[in-house]
This record gives sequence, C-alpha cells and structure tokens, in this order.
Amino acid sequence: MKLTLKIWRQKNAQDKGAMVDYKVDGIEPDMSFLEMLDVFNEQQINKGESPVAFDHDCREGICGMCSLFINGEAHGPDRGVTTCQLHMRMFKDGDTITIEPFRAAAFPVVKDLVVDRSSFDRIQHAGGFISVNTSGNTIDANTIPVNKKDADDAFDAATCIGCGACVATCKNGSAMLFVGAKVSQFALLPQGQIEATDRVLNMVRQMDEEGFGNCTNTGACEIECPKGISLENIARMNREYMSASLKG
Amino acid sequence: MALDSKIPNGPIADKWTDYKDHINLVNPANKRNLDIIIVGTGLAGGSAAATLAELGYNVKAFCFQDSPRRAHSIAAQGGINAAKNYKGDGDSVYRLFYDTVKGGDYRAREANVHRLAEVSSNIIDQCVAQGVPLAREYGGLLDNRSFGGTLVSRTFYAQGQTGQQLLLGAYSAMNRQIGRGKVKMHNRHEMLDLVVVDGKARGIIARNLITGEIERHSAHAVVIASGGYGNVFFLSTNAMGSNATAAWKIHKKGAYFANPCYTQIHPTCIPVSGDHQSKLTLMSESLRNDGRIWVPAKLEDAQAIREGKKKAIDLAEADRDYFLERRYPAFGNLVPRDVASRAAKERCDAGFGVNRTGEAVYLDFAAAIQRYGKEAAYVKGLNADDKALITKLGTEIVKSKYGNLFQMYYKIVDEDPYTSPMMIYPAVHYTMGGTWVDYNLQTTIPGCFSIGESNFSDHGANRLGASALMQGLADGYFVLPYTIGDYLAPDIKMGPIPTDTPEFDAAENGVKELIAKFMNNKGTHSVDHFHKKLGKIMWDKVGMARNEKGLNEAIVEIAALREEFYKDVRVPGTDKEFNQELEKAIRVADFLELGELFAKDALHRNESCGGHFREEYQTPEGEALRDDENFAYVAAWEYKGKPSDAVLHKEPLVYENIKLVQRSYK
Repeated sequence: MKLTLKIWRQKNAQDKGAMVDYKVDGIEPDMSFLEMLDVFNEQQINKGESPVAFDHDCREGICGMCSLFINGEAHGPDRGVTTCQLHMRMFKDGDTITIEPFRAAAFPVVKDLVVDRSSFDRIQHAGGFISVNTSGNTIDANTIPVNKKDADDAFDAATCIGCGACVATCKNGSAMLFVGAKVSQFALLPQGQIEATDRVLNMVRQMDEEGFGNCTNTGACEIECPKGISLENIARMNREYMSASLKG
Repeated sequence: MALDSKIPNGPIADKWTDYKDHINLVNPANKRNLDIIIVGTGLAGGSAAATLAELGYNVKAFCFQDSPRRAHSIAAQGGINAAKNYKGDGDSVYRLFYDTVKGGDYRAREANVHRLAEVSSNIIDQCVAQGVPLAREYGGLLDNRSFGGTLVSRTFYAQGQTGQQLLLGAYSAMNRQIGRGKVKMHNRHEMLDLVVVDGKARGIIARNLITGEIERHSAHAVVIASGGYGNVFFLSTNAMGSNATAAWKIHKKGAYFANPCYTQIHPTCIPVSGDHQSKLTLMSESLRNDGRIWVPAKLEDAQAIREGKKKAIDLAEADRDYFLERRYPAFGNLVPRDVASRAAKERCDAGFGVNRTGEAVYLDFAAAIQRYGKEAAYVKGLNADDKALITKLGTEIVKSKYGNLFQMYYKIVDEDPYTSPMMIYPAVHYTMGGTWVDYNLQTTIPGCFSIGESNFSDHGANRLGASALMQGLADGYFVLPYTIGDYLAPDIKMGPIPTDTPEFDAAENGVKELIAKFMNNKGTHSVDHFHKKLGKIMWDKVGMARNEKGLNEAIVEIAALREEFYKDVRVPGTDKEFNQELEKAIRVADFLELGELFAKDALHRNESCGGHFREEYQTPEGEALRDDENFAYVAAWEYKGKPSDAVLHKEPLVYENIKLVQRSYK
C-alpha cells in the first residue's frame, strides 16, 4: 500500500505546530497502525529527517499509552481497539490519513503526537484509592462476600486503561467517563464504602481544577472508548456526588 | 568475593518468621530521615513504593512511561497463584513451594521460594482490601482456575486482565502516598547509572526524557524493579520500552548477574506475520484449559496447508497429531511452558508447521465448543443431536470464558478463532535470570536491592504460570519492607546524601559522554536495524534450543555487532529534547552486552534445565537432561570490562526439603 500521511508536527510544548504532508510506501495490510509508523520513521531516519514522536508501549491494547487521533477519531476508525490494535487492513491503497495527538486543554502537547496526561494521575492522587495499609494484616479475602453482579460491574469499570480517548473525543474535553469509572469501581464494592463521600468530592474537585470540561450527555466518549466503559459509570458518579454533597 | 546468600538457619517453615523476629528495626521518627530510590513502578516497584512510604520512608520513584500505571505488569493476563486452598483440593504452602521448585526444574533457592509461598495468601487479602475486583462465584466468594504444571486450582484471576487489576491496585496504593507527599514520582525519567559512595549504593543519574536534562538523585538505598530483559530478542511479548538498562548499569557497577540464560519461551503467542513485526502478542495460558494443540500427522497435509491448498478443518481426526496429549498423557495440554514450547518447535522443525512461515501449530477449540454445547443442551433439555444448536450454545460458553482473547486474536490475525483453530507459536516472554540477590533481596552492592522480574531468585530455570504476579507483589509488599529496614538501621543519623560529590560527578560525566558519542556519531543505520540483527542472532542461536557450535558463533557475532553499532548507528535530533531514538540507542547498547553474557552463560551450562535447552543434553525421548552433580548452582557473573571477561561465581543450591528428581509430566 502507498499512503499519504498528514501528521501533526510540533517541536515542543512552546512550538505552535502544524500539519505536514508525507508519503509512505511498502505498507502491508497485516501491519498494525504503529508498525506503519515504524516503517515511516525508519524512512525518515534513513533520509536524515526527524522521525515523528508518538507514545506507545505494550502494543497489545492494555497499557493505555498510545493515543492517536486518526481521521478525526480517537484510536482511528475501528471499534473496541486502541491505536496499537488498529490494523492497516482498515485502510485502502492510496488513502490519505490524518494523524493528530489527543487534544484537550488538560492534555498539553509534549512533542508531535505525544501529550501530557499527568492531569489523570493527579485526579487519582486526590482519591482513587482505598486507604488500607499494605501490611498484609487485613482480613481474609473471603470474609466479606461480594455479590457477583456488583463484582463484575466493578471489574468492568476497572478495565479503564486511562488512555484519554474519552477526553479527546468529547467536545467539552470532559473526563467524566474516566473519573466515573474509578468512582464506580469503588462505589460498587463494600471495601470502597468507608471513604465514598470524600473520594467522589475530592476526585471531582481535582478534575475541575485540571481544566476538564463538563458532561453534556452526548455519549461520544462511550462509543470511542477502546474498553467499552459504559455511560452508566457517569450516572453512578453523579448519584454518588449528589449524595456526598448533601452529606458534606 | 564469595557469594553469601544469607539464608537464615532453622527449619524451612520457620526461617522467615524467625528472621523477622530478629532483624533491626527503624523507629517511625527515624524513617522520615531516610530516602529510598525505586526504579520501575510495576507490581514490584509500585507495591514497594507504596509500602515503604506507608512505613514512613521518603520514596523517590522513577519510571520511563508517562505514568506508573503503564508498567508492563499491566499486560499479564491469566492470574496470580496463592496457597489459599479455598477449593479444598489439597493445596498448601508446602505444595505451592514444591510445585514452584519442581516447575523451576530444581534450580531455585529453596528458602526464597518457601517464603514466597508463605506470603502468597496475604497478597490476595491485601488486594481485595484495596478494591481489586477479582473474579467471584455466585455465592460472592473468590473464584479460582487451574494453570500449567500443577494439579490444584490455586489461581486467582480477573478475567484475562489480572495483571492490569493488580497493577492498578498497587498504583492506587502508591497514589495515596503521592497525594500525601511521601512518594515523589518522576515519570518519563530513565535511570542511566548507579552512584556508589564508599562501597554503598547512594544514588542514581537519570535522564528527564522530556527535556533531556541529566539529573542527580541521592538516597540511602536504591531499589531496582525494572523488570526483565526479554527484549534482547527484539521480538518478545514485552512492551516496546521494556529494557535492561537499570539492571545492566548496576551490573557494571558491581552487582552480579545470575543465570542470564534462563529465559521463558511462552508456548501460546500469535505467530510472526512478517518482517515488519514489532512485537509479539501472548494468548493466555488459560486457553490451554480448553484448547487442544495439534499439527497435521502427515507431512503432505502440512505442506498443503502452508500453500493454502487445504484448511485445518479439512483434516479428519485421524490425520491430526495432538502431540502434547500423545507425549504427556497425564498433563496433556497443561504441561509447563518450557515443555509445551519445545514440543511445538520439535514438530515445526520436523516440517509439520502450519502457517506460511512453517512456524505455527494449531490451538483448537472445536472439541471444547462441542463439549460445552452438549452440556448446555442437556441442562436446557434441548436436542443434543442438533449440530448447529450445539455449536451455537458451545460457542456462547467459550465466548464467555475467553471472549477478550478471541477478540484480540481476531483483530490481529483477521481470522475467526471460533470457526477455524487459532495458530500459535512460542515467543520470548519472561526472564527467570536477573541480578543476583541474597535472601534480603540485596545485590552484591550494599544498599542496592533488586525485586520482581529483575532479580533471579524464585523461579529457577522455568517459571510456572501465574507466579510472576505473585513474586512481584510478594517482594514489594511483604519482603523488601522488612529486609531494607534491617539494612538502613545503621544509617539513621546520616542525614541527606549530598549530590555534589566526586562520585556523582564521575557518574554524570560517564552518562554525558555516552550520550555525546551517540549524538555525534553520524552513522548510517537506525537503532532498530541493529536491534533486529541482535534479535535474530539470539533467536536462531540462543533461543529455544541451543548447542555449543551455535553459542560460540553467537558470542562472536554479538561482539562484532556491538562494535558495528557504536561505529555506524544514527541517532537523529538532539539530546536536549524528547528523543525516542536516543532512548532506544542507550537501551540497545546494553542489550548488546547482555546478549553476549547470555550466550556465554548458556554455553557454560552443560546441561538442559527448564527454559535452558542444550541439544547435546537430552534424554532419548527428547526431554531436558539435567546434571545435578555438576550444575546444581546459581551462575552469578561479575562484570570485568566486557562480557567475554566476565568472571563466574557459583552459589551452590542446597536442597534440604525437596528431593531432586527428573521432572515428569507424563
């Protein structure tokens, strides 16, 4: 396959940045999207030009590091996949592909397609945990049975990989799906009840401080989420927040 | 220097308890005067950072990713072992200990493995208390599954994402301490050297990967938790960034490197599809609970399949060779990983491989689909002779068990594994070797500790499934917090370690010189070009089966490649910016040394054991042939300037509780 790539190039956080056109050749349908970029970068290096910077690590859809906005969609045209799991068979010979970073006020660009998502970490520092010391002297794991449905729902929420596709997709740059998933995971488990009030208030406060937008229920985040995190998690967080506000 | 493993005296079941009762403790007020650096934030590093900070130490943690949550522990799929015996199927601490020593082909240190088995139960308690959503049964209690190499169900899991859930648990515990200011997190930083002052580890030199700035960080102790070195093969199931640099830098500063040749080749990975391949994807071992592994029984059928003239489903039962069930009737498809991998390679080498490259075998779920389908039809009172109905019902059940893995396979291979068997082939997955540590998890450099996959201690020559997560969390949550306190106790009055000393100057200058060398090199080939070449030498000559001739060739070829690399590598851009090519160059430089030591270790070990298979040493049936008389020891290598000059030190392995026998899974 021969392709035209329109790639966002930006030297560093201070640089203005711009879209630049490139050609790439010798792409096979069995390649992953990131392997296509590997081929492109090898081509750039051999020509003495600068390779494009992009975040990636596990290349099996679980670390959440890869974060490309491809043809106007977070993680590209396929559903239920991260960028590293997107394959070139989704494209045709001769296609023009637009590649941008995940854009949001709370995700400043580091370089080219790499963004800074430390705002996500700071939200977790504010309350994304259960305050139990790791001494090993907790109660036996089977002392408190957990309803299977709740355990399964908590697991589904906990599968969020923190990639930020929800934020990049949302017209408001909202992180409600990300935060809702963590709040829900703990809200559904008996172990999470003790600190439930503080947790949701602190995490939402931090989310607002980081400059994420609000949720207007368009549901675009749920469609683009590579892990299928459900909008129900946002509803649950709102419920938790309301009751916490009344208590607080 | 003679190796002292510092194994406590006394009966094996009492060693750890006695040890804890008699070590030096640091009082809470003094802990806040002590700094600890932790490099790597996966299960081992993340759990250690959280626990040490809870105890009151000042922790400085480093990871090269943009967040600790990305560490490659996150990709572990199947589960975590613990001797809870919730199933009442006869499990116990002793059995987990025994299975781990046997699974490791009798090349692990008994005392460490027993301690691991002892603390395994605590891990599950801890994780549940942290809100890790492990799988549960309808009654609300925790569920278990079985894994290779054992006869009990002791594996706890969270669908196919156990590593993710446990890592996020450790990450949440760490976040709580970051929020309290007790852990200072340095994301996008790479450790590039260890600073040793008066014989003790007192700090590191790190590069800020965003700005390129070279930084000095000091502490009273340094903990390496940087994972394994599987990427020395270029293609592995490791993440792209997984590297050996931190572990190799401490090796160069005096930490012995143990058993580098013990590398696990995982049997069930998606085969290589072409030269562009950047990494390999694992399919969880749990699939072997229901999948049957086979190749065509006739060479002409295998050839027809490779040429696309026949398909797997065209072959009648009689024309299939379920080679694991044939060779190992007792364990069948659930033999340990090293055994399953070698058996697949043996069939492919004999010409029975099934994909274009000839390097793939089938993992077939058709029988499981029929079995589950018939059960479901019986339970629902439906017609058990209706083929289409059975297939439909069975497919639904297989989907509920392995849906995410099947979807992953489909996205990569573009073939439906419900209707045609998966194709799999072994791939490099985990490294049992690593920095040598004593019972305290301390390396041969005082004050420098190594935990998780980066040390060598618990898995011997082969790791059992679901034991990596167990070891990482055991080391970080429950072992290191005791042993490091014992080491730090004399340092309480020391005060902060200054960084404006000649030792820091020298280490920083060394790092800057190396970086300058790469930046000014003006070579002609990319870093990947050399990394791929190294990977090919490693896979062809130091891979699943090794022999003297190939290993000797590999040693020469790797040394030559290393020289060529320094002459001809091209690193674009500058060192004062975000530069991923420079990051790779520094890592590959270390792999080019490690690879040679790896081959040297494999050459010296004139036996086969676990993941180390020497073709010269096998039984008439093709099984690994150990030589306990001459090789029941840990090979710990001391750095002397270049890998060929490395000096071997031996730690004899003494088995007081388990009798050494040939492993049998027949």
